[in-house]
Amino acid sequence: MNLFKISLAYIYRRKLNTLLNMVLLGLGTGIVVVLLLFGKQFEENLYRNVQDIDVVVGAKGSPLQLILSSVFHVDVPTGNIPLLEARKLAKNRAVARAIPLALGDNYRGYRIVGTTSEYAKHYRAELVDGTFWDAPYQVVIGAQVASVTGLAIGDEVISSHGLTAETASDKHESQPFRVVGVLQPTGSIIDRLLLTSVETVWLVHEPHAEEGDEQDRHLESHADEDRARDVLGLPMDSEADAEREVTSLLIRYRSPIAAVSFPRYVNKETKFQAASPAFETTRLFALLGVGLEVVRVFGGVLVFAAALSIFVALYNAMKDRRYDLAMMRALGASRGKLFVQVLLEGVLLTLMGTGLGFVLGHASTEVIGAWVREAQHINLTGWIILPDEFWLIGLALVLGSVSALIPALQVYRTDVAQTLVEVS
Amino acid sequence: MFALKHVGHVYGSRLVLDLPEHIEANPDEKWLLHGPSGSGKTTLLHIIAGLLKPSQGSVHIAEQDIYALTETDRDRFRGQRIGIVFQQFYLLPVFTVLENLLMAHYMAGVPQDKARVQQMLATLGLAGREHAYPSELSFGQQQRVAIARAVVNRPQLLLADEPTSGLDDTRSKQVLDLLVSSAREVQATLVVASHDHRITDSFDHCITLDEQVELPA
Repeated sequence: MNLFKISLAYIYRRKLNTLLNMVLLGLGTGIVVVLLLFGKQFEENLYRNVQDIDVVVGAKGSPLQLILSSVFHVDVPTGNIPLLEARKLAKNRAVARAIPLALGDNYRGYRIVGTTSEYAKHYRAELVDGTFWDAPYQVVIGAQVASVTGLAIGDEVISSHGLTAETASDKHESQPFRVVGVLQPTGSIIDRLLLTSVETVWLVHEPHAEEGDEQDRHLESHADEDRARDVLGLPMDSEADAEREVTSLLIRYRSPIAAVSFPRYVNKETKFQAASPAFETTRLFALLGVGLEVVRVFGGVLVFAAALSIFVALYNAMKDRRYDLAMMRALGASRGKLFVQVLLEGVLLTLMGTGLGFVLGHASTEVIGAWVREAQHINLTGWIILPDEFWLIGLALVLGSVSALIPALQVYRTDVAQTLVEVS
Repeated sequence: MFALKHVGHVYGSRLVLDLPEHIEANPDEKWLLHGPSGSGKTTLLHIIAGLLKPSQGSVHIAEQDIYALTETDRDRFRGQRIGIVFQQFYLLPVFTVLENLLMAHYMAGVPQDKARVQQMLATLGLAGREHAYPSELSFGQQQRVAIARAVVNRPQLLLADEPTSGLDDTRSKQVLDLLVSSAREVQATLVVASHDHRITDSFDHCITLDEQVELPA
């Protein structure tokens, strides 16, 4: 016999009641666990995409829209900026590295991004198969694009104008792309993109491109040569450059000091805007946070209801058990020992409920994760344990002790002789 | 084995117990607390058991003034030196017979001796019932378990409250014999509180209690 065994025997005795308490507490903590896992991983996913991008420069408009379109690839771009201006900005002393993006087309809803191989390097996306492009109309596809569409090296890709499959207007059927490389999964946005050279995007969208005019051939014929490249890694062409545009630049500063001066310079002195991905993401998260907060409060209410239910259960149990408790005193147990026993019973009950909550929380996160992994940008899994969850266990212990406190005190105060004569 | 000195107890304004003289009992003696219902037998039993501090007087058990101990020490003292058989037995319903007896070891803070418990159950004719729950036992079996639990720690004092009430002559004799033999086996002083006239002959000492007295206002 020991206090642990005694407590379990009494908990087992009240099977239905124990079940009710466990379910209440399990649902409450389960919801909190799901929120913790979901929030944390969602945040991590967002921040993984903005990592090492200090600022994004694009056409004026909403800064959030610029970030959503150029970093997360979920919104339409704010517009384009002239290539010549982009070059100037890239040469700015504050800029260590600038990656150009040219957006406009999609393949079955996956965006085709005109950029340089720097972009893949930035997300540490290595090729698992094939090579990077060395000529226009060649694409390298992200891991998710490959797995969902089944595209492989050598396959043709017919792009559609527009950024989503639904809004796509016309297909560029005369200019199919060819897959030349497949990237490894990275858990970032690049998994869901098709990358090509900026030149390809220019060719697709230039007015005469469809007829395959001189300029087109001119670019193509030079593809393999070591042509002069600008600071962005784009080909220099004195005739055409004035007409050309890119959508945005992903910029990394040379030093942190630039974080103050560079955006101010861009926003005041140029026709463009500079938006900080970290800042906008935080803002976005704060907006979503309200919704999460409501669910969190709901979880809290359930946990509180569970605590109350445990309190009532123990309070009634102590009434039913008063002769048992008096007998234990008669057998030599001190007030303190019985106090601890009742407290332990409350703590065990909450631990059982919290345990159930953990299992429920992780399992349902994994189920939701498996479901959204295909459809959303989020790599969600239930098979990780966050440090915050240990806090939750601590909180549950406190909760259990608190709900058992009044019943335990009542037991502590009970007069044995008085109890025993009640029925005599 | 116990000594009562001027013990008296008052509930509110009711004098429920008043023992003017010194009473001293020795090991192996059999004492009867005799009197009609409401004469304070149970109160005196609780006082001797260390469960109820008397309004006046002192209780010594094995030379120890038990009400001079702290409550926790008194609880432990009771667990180790005093065995009590209550009228309602108060077997713990969620535990088996075996666990009920081990509980007496555990609560008294002595090592849990399964072998001793098994052997006790065997002598009481309860072998094979170790894992039964109290509700699965007959009245007689329950009473034997309650007696076994009271003596499992080899107490120096064995107290029983109305052990024969509601029993026929044969059963009443059996229970009394069991109490006497159990007490003798561990060399405990037996104290039985009862209003049952059939059993008075079995005791060598008797404390007779009268109807309660109203305190003069």
